[in-house]
Amino acid sequence: MKIPYLLSIITWLPLVGALIILFGFKRDNARAIKRFATAWFGLVFLVSLALIGYDRAAGGMQFIEDCQWIPIIGARYQMGVDGVAVLLIVLTTLLGIIAALSSWEYIGKREQEYYVLLLLLQAAVVGVFASMDLFLFYLFFEVSLVPMYFLIGIWGGERRLYAAIKFFLYTLVGSVIMLLGVLKIYFLTQDASLTGAITPAVMDNLAASGTQARAVLDNARAAASAGGTFNIMFLQAMGSVLPMGTMQVLLFFAFAIGFAIKVPMWPFHTWLPDAHVEAPTAGSVILAGILLKLGTYGFFRFNLPMFPEAAKDLSYFNLFGATFGVRHIMVTLAIIGIIYGALAAMYFVVVRDGDVKKLVAYSSVSSMGIVMLGLFALNPNGLNGAVLHMINHGIYSAALFLLVGIIYERRHTRKVSEFGGLSHVMPGYATVFLAMTMTAIGLPLLCVFISEFLAMRGAFEVQPWWAAWAALGIILNAGYMLWLYQRMFFGNIDNPKNENLPDMNGREWAYMLPLVALSLWIGIYPKPFIEYIQRPVNAVVRQVRPDYPFRPAAPQTPTTARAEPK
Amino acid sequence: MLLQANTTALFNLRDLQLIVPELILTLSACVVLVLEVILPRRERKWTAYFALCGVAFAAVSLFLLWQTNRDALPLDAFYGMIRIDGFALVFKLIFLLAAALTIAISMRYLEMEGEQHGEYYALILFATVGMMFLACGYDLISLYISLELMALTFYVLVGFTKRERRSNEAGMKYFLLGAFSSGVLLYGMSILFGVAGSTNLGDISRSVTTILGGAPLEGALNAGLPLRPLLLLAMIALAAGLFFKIAAVPFHMWAPDAYEGAPTSVTAFLSTGSKAASFALFARIFLEALGGMRADWAPLVGLVAAITIMVGNWAAVTQANAKRLLAYSSISNAGYLLLGVVAANQYGYVGLVVYLFVYTLMNIGAFGVIISLRRRGLVGDNVDDFTGLGQKAPGMALMMTIFMLSLGGLPLTGGFIGKWFLFGGLLQRAAADGKDWYVWLAVWAILNTVVSFFYYVRFIRVMYLGDGVADARPLSLSPALRTALVVAVVGVIVIGVYPQPFINLAQTLVSSLTGATSGAFALK
Repeated sequence: MKIPYLLSIITWLPLVGALIILFGFKRDNARAIKRFATAWFGLVFLVSLALIGYDRAAGGMQFIEDCQWIPIIGARYQMGVDGVAVLLIVLTTLLGIIAALSSWEYIGKREQEYYVLLLLLQAAVVGVFASMDLFLFYLFFEVSLVPMYFLIGIWGGERRLYAAIKFFLYTLVGSVIMLLGVLKIYFLTQDASLTGAITPAVMDNLAASGTQARAVLDNARAAASAGGTFNIMFLQAMGSVLPMGTMQVLLFFAFAIGFAIKVPMWPFHTWLPDAHVEAPTAGSVILAGILLKLGTYGFFRFNLPMFPEAAKDLSYFNLFGATFGVRHIMVTLAIIGIIYGALAAMYFVVVRDGDVKKLVAYSSVSSMGIVMLGLFALNPNGLNGAVLHMINHGIYSAALFLLVGIIYERRHTRKVSEFGGLSHVMPGYATVFLAMTMTAIGLPLLCVFISEFLAMRGAFEVQPWWAAWAALGIILNAGYMLWLYQRMFFGNIDNPKNENLPDMNGREWAYMLPLVALSLWIGIYPKPFIEYIQRPVNAVVRQVRPDYPFRPAAPQTPTTARAEPK
Repeated sequence: MLLQANTTALFNLRDLQLIVPELILTLSACVVLVLEVILPRRERKWTAYFALCGVAFAAVSLFLLWQTNRDALPLDAFYGMIRIDGFALVFKLIFLLAAALTIAISMRYLEMEGEQHGEYYALILFATVGMMFLACGYDLISLYISLELMALTFYVLVGFTKRERRSNEAGMKYFLLGAFSSGVLLYGMSILFGVAGSTNLGDISRSVTTILGGAPLEGALNAGLPLRPLLLLAMIALAAGLFFKIAAVPFHMWAPDAYEGAPTSVTAFLSTGSKAASFALFARIFLEALGGMRADWAPLVGLVAAITIMVGNWAAVTQANAKRLLAYSSISNAGYLLLGVVAANQYGYVGLVVYLFVYTLMNIGAFGVIISLRRRGLVGDNVDDFTGLGQKAPGMALMMTIFMLSLGGLPLTGGFIGKWFLFGGLLQRAAADGKDWYVWLAVWAILNTVVSFFYYVRFIRVMYLGDGVADARPLSLSPALRTALVVAVVGVIVIGVYPQPFINLAQTLVSSLTGATSGAFALK
């Protein structure tokens, strides 16, 4: 089944829905609005399922659209996805329905604006994943801030104003610096002496076996000499000839800061706990499930292939007699993030009796550290693990935020000490919570185990110490998650307010079960998912390290593990 | 050269044709003055519509002027006093746009202030004439006279609401400081004339190149005098005068007071039209006459731009008065516009023109929304007066949101496109000259846009994020005001989403500054 302009449809359909809600419904008709919005999200999800038809054996960019837009600055309306983007888009549309469904009771004011913003947010985020033109990517990337700002600012908790502006400005700092990087890399494409050196092998690798992708790439090359291009594939190809030096390192960091704040990597993470704690449940779901992935996706799509020399650099800096490289910095920050996130979650929740949402937020910092570590392992295992972990984190952190939201709707508090013995009154809830806790701590047969294992194995292949530090973080994770579960669900009901809590209702089951099912599916049989990301990942590894010794066997068979030279 | 002119040739038809838009505006202004006397008091607002028609006719004649002469540009007239080139045309377009929008948002406002006088519109038109001659003047004398025409009318306009104390004070301050800065500017011009031996910008440019090249000036009286220091002195005096006119730090002190005290509609005009005109003058003098000294003035202007951006943005953060806040925002925007002058390449020029165009739309739009809040008993110029506007008037709040995001430079709005070119020009210049400070200037400027979002978003915060409403009474809207706002918002969005035709036009027209042939972008 081939639907023309599929990506554009998926991107702009939410916008159409938003307009319908804005002009087709009365303001106070909340009941109809939320039903319609949820149905519309469902429609978008169904359409996005057509992306499953992505040719996994071919890899590369597919579903390509290419239209003229602003020729005078070389920007085109180019859409295209590889397997990684396919999974992320489907995850986005799925979480869209779930977010809408989970808001039915939670959102009690200004419903019309709420669902309009939720739809706009989805349009912007899908646009980020679907863009194949850096200019277009940047537009979506930055515009996605606005709906989220409103979601936190209007429907958030007590300190919502502070959290909203902090979220907005923090992420803006990163993206404006990235803007200079975008401009510079665009001017570089006009340099014929640079782009002329791109070898056909590099182009073949990036275009994979797609003829359409190849045509777009060749067009981009022709356009580049005539006045520059923003085509992402071409920019990646140019990465192979970009000379290593101050400029490449600066460009790397211009992009890296933009994405690192979004990820968020330690020490740029401070906006995240505030935003999560104040955001409404659906806001947290989208934030943790999707928006954080914009950062890691950016590293995967831009930083690694566009600045390969900087990404694998181990010796650029020389301070106080110590020689280290860009990669050392990134890996160190990732590892600090893993451990810091876990410790902070412990501290705020175990010691200071904090907010469950804050705990999940800090565990996200830790989790995204694992993604970054996997990415900068720069080998197929690491990258496969990292990309899969993006999806998995989208599943389990969204689920945890939803679970916290469910109890918050009943008790209007999220303090851990308020709860205890919930398994007696809410057995269904306790079961789902247990499943998600086990997912989060990486129990085998659940999704996170696969991705953490792959990411850490990738890191181990490069440097066993990296994996060791990451493992420490994972152990800490297990510690506080289990502690949390014990405090909330076991023991006796001490607090009389908890005695008559109703268990999950049909609507809540409806949005929790798909996530549980997905977690089990990926945990037991990850092959279909790995197949989507494998070829794009290999292309990136080849781009960063043309000499990487690929083996014909699938990279996830553990028996062939061996240490590789860094 | 003027001395040789014989008076009959001064009024030849071809030269007059080139200034038809200005002639139309002058005539309309005179008619408006007469109409004001003839019409009964209740019908006064027809003077405004007449003034609008005058602007429209001027725009049509400007378009025809461009169509008929597009291949012959640049055209000199009146013995080199005036030069019609693409640069002049695009700026005139901006002035006419600013004038039309200003008149449209003024009507209701003046009625409410009880100051509905025809002179107001005549003064707006006269100011526009001054601006238009500023854009096409090619001689220090014509430039100075047009500058004074513009400035004098503005002194009156700023103090126009004569019963309002703040307005009187603002008018006085603006007048005193403006006269002083004009003096400084004139001093610079006189030195420049003394050194270069001509008031014509083209002649000056050639002399500057010769002097910097070390060759003695032909037939000059100044044999043996070291001319380079004198040139630098002239440059600094000119820069100081012009920095005042565009409200760049450290000559920005007048702006917040004048902007706050002036009638809101005049503030809108002052912050867009007058600023654009001053930039036209800035570009003419620094890029054409002193173009050879770029290596000398670029660091100076760059430094001023960096400081202006910082001071404007950080000072705006603490303001509670919306007009004062927008005044500081306007100061910081002058800094961003200076980046285009610093870059001095085609990317930068396009940025300058596109950003000025968008800035005119979004700034007048923002002031238009402020005007709509004005009514008896509520001045409506505090940021808090916007509270709950999102509930009360969703359309108005949405437009204000778009203006604010565009002022900050969020993608999909015109402000982003303008900033894109301004920053791009700097990066290109850095690569072309091999100097890193251009890059760091760009980094500095772009980091400060984040600060600017902090205060622009404050409007959005009070409009949407609060649950209360500051004032439940309906807005004071008029069809003209509403039309002006819609035009502005549509312009901002269209330029943001599909800027191709605008960039194309801007690039064709500013090519007269770079000397590049129109058509393809000069890439480096």
